[in-house]
Amino acid sequence: MSTEPTKAKPGEMLFVGLFFAVSAYLLTQIGDQAKFSAKGKLFAQPAFWPGVGVIGMVGFTALHLLTHMKQRAKSGLGSEVVIWLRAFEFVGWFMIYVIAVPRIGYLPSTVLFTFLLALRMGYRSLAMLGWSAASGVAIVIIFKTLLGVKIPGGALYEHLPDGLRNFMIMGF
Amino acid sequence: MDLFFSSLEILARWDVLIALIVGSVGGVIIGAIPGVGAAVAIAILLPATFSLDPIVGLTALLGIYGSSMYGGAIPAILVNTPGTAVNALTTYDGYPMTQRGEGRRALSLAYSASFFGGVFAVVCLIFLSPILAAIAPHFGSREIFLASLLGIILVVLAHRGQILIAGALACFGIWLNTIGLEPIQYSKRYTFGQSWLSGGVDLIVVVLGLFAISQAIVLLVDENRAPRTGTLSGGLFQGFKELFQHKRVASVSASFGVMMGMIPGVGEFTAQFMSYTAARRGSKTPELFGNGAPEGLIASEASNNAVPAAAMIPLLALGIPGEALTAMMLSVFYVHNVVPGPQLFQNQMDFVVALYIALLLLNVMVVIFLLFSTNLLLKIIQIPTRFLGIIILTLSFVGVYSLRNSTIDCAIAAGFGVFGFILKRLNLPIVPIILGMVLGGIMEAKLRTSMMRVKTPFDMIDRPIAFILFLLILAVLGSHVWRMWKDRNSTEDL
Repeated sequence: MSTEPTKAKPGEMLFVGLFFAVSAYLLTQIGDQAKFSAKGKLFAQPAFWPGVGVIGMVGFTALHLLTHMKQRAKSGLGSEVVIWLRAFEFVGWFMIYVIAVPRIGYLPSTVLFTFLLALRMGYRSLAMLGWSAASGVAIVIIFKTLLGVKIPGGALYEHLPDGLRNFMIMGF
Repeated sequence: MDLFFSSLEILARWDVLIALIVGSVGGVIIGAIPGVGAAVAIAILLPATFSLDPIVGLTALLGIYGSSMYGGAIPAILVNTPGTAVNALTTYDGYPMTQRGEGRRALSLAYSASFFGGVFAVVCLIFLSPILAAIAPHFGSREIFLASLLGIILVVLAHRGQILIAGALACFGIWLNTIGLEPIQYSKRYTFGQSWLSGGVDLIVVVLGLFAISQAIVLLVDENRAPRTGTLSGGLFQGFKELFQHKRVASVSASFGVMMGMIPGVGEFTAQFMSYTAARRGSKTPELFGNGAPEGLIASEASNNAVPAAAMIPLLALGIPGEALTAMMLSVFYVHNVVPGPQLFQNQMDFVVALYIALLLLNVMVVIFLLFSTNLLLKIIQIPTRFLGIIILTLSFVGVYSLRNSTIDCAIAAGFGVFGFILKRLNLPIVPIILGMVLGGIMEAKLRTSMMRVKTPFDMIDRPIAFILFLLILAVLGSHVWRMWKDRNSTEDL
């Protein structure tokens, strides 16, 4: 387990501050977002456990902010936030992949996803690009063909000839 | 004897054996690749195991859980990069041994110490079973509530130096679990009028986001790395002989692993720290620790490999997971209507014993696999990290989407992926969120049930086990306050 840091990491206070703000907002909403009737015991109220959660979130983060207020943060907040924002690029890639699967099918979208993301990550050699595409094929075969996980066939498969269509929908 | 044979009958199926082999070999490979780890693999595979029989799914996941640390020792020893976080201590003595040309000896010692730790813990589990079977039925709602409360307190307090933020994140987990329809009066909680929130936030979606997607983002954002390793020549059997010369260190370390594994929220790190300290104190050459001491390596590996089997004790006996991986396994039990807890020991003891035997078998399989395939694993370690990131992101999709083919689930998981990524960047803990979700749900249900049967709050602790648990909670909180006061005084003295 980590020990008490001498200086807050860049972005830590910003993160805790944002967490506190969201927690405080959730606490203000408890009256609207959870039922609390005058009758009945406190622990049996639907609002009791969300209340425990949000009060704890507000309390602990407030204490963290108070105890770390005098602590000087390491410099580099701007570059740290830029790194956080870079995460959204990959979330974007992931969501495009999610949207593509039911449309163009699991196998084509997975191969395209792994191949294009490998290109984006700077791989240019034929070997690495080949491995990326092959990994996509292997993932589809292991999970959809062999383990039979529930992933629907793509809408594009509907345009295939009858025999091939069923084969692709069931296995790929 | 009948129990043993009926348990063997449960395991004597091809699908269980395949699951055992795939899980144990897969776990070693996953553990050997720095940046993946058992949590990521289990999170991805969880939904795929839902369609399997409980024993098949659990065997595969147990295989990964129990064997990943074996694999994690390889890069820790050879390239000074732990395969899993719990192999970090192995680098202290393993890598210096490699530097002085004793890599093969270090690996052999690590395998034999890991094997000893794993088997020792399973034997302890078997001997503890009758005691657990006798005690577990005395755990009613109030005892399980108090044990869960103790668990969540221990998880938070285990994060020394980050207790306040760990507490906030545990409460975040508790709050997350309450979103959606409340189970008694069916009123909506924190849905903000959105129908897609009525079903609540699925634990698996959160787990996949926080562990798998966040790790993929970490690997994709960071610089590309591909550790370089050579090849090893010669056998790896001599470690067993050398381990026998250090049997006291191995036994003490494995005992620490068992004890710490049983306590929720404590786990491998504390077990390793305690066994390493004990081994150094008892050593004739304490100056070698950190510079390639075989006892240090044994202490680290024997203790961390004893934890997985021990961590199954609170899960199986009380239905209370002590850390993230057992929390994930709990969901496999629930999906198949197998409810871990006192009833499991009373009604399905053969299933419990079958799990023990599976744990024992996986340790044997793993060590055989490692003795003959280490050179192959050295090639796998060299996979570039960004390429791994692509694979993990692709696999995360299978995990989330196969749950209920929901794009919204994927978006929520992606959101938690970013959240987990930021937590990892800031070195803040993720585990309290998961345990907050799991234990929060248990606490809510059990508090409601138990408070209906008591007249005053003091009645909550009028049974012996409940009272002991209450005293333990007070003792844990009291000792923490005492330590804080002592730390403060020593700082002022300086």
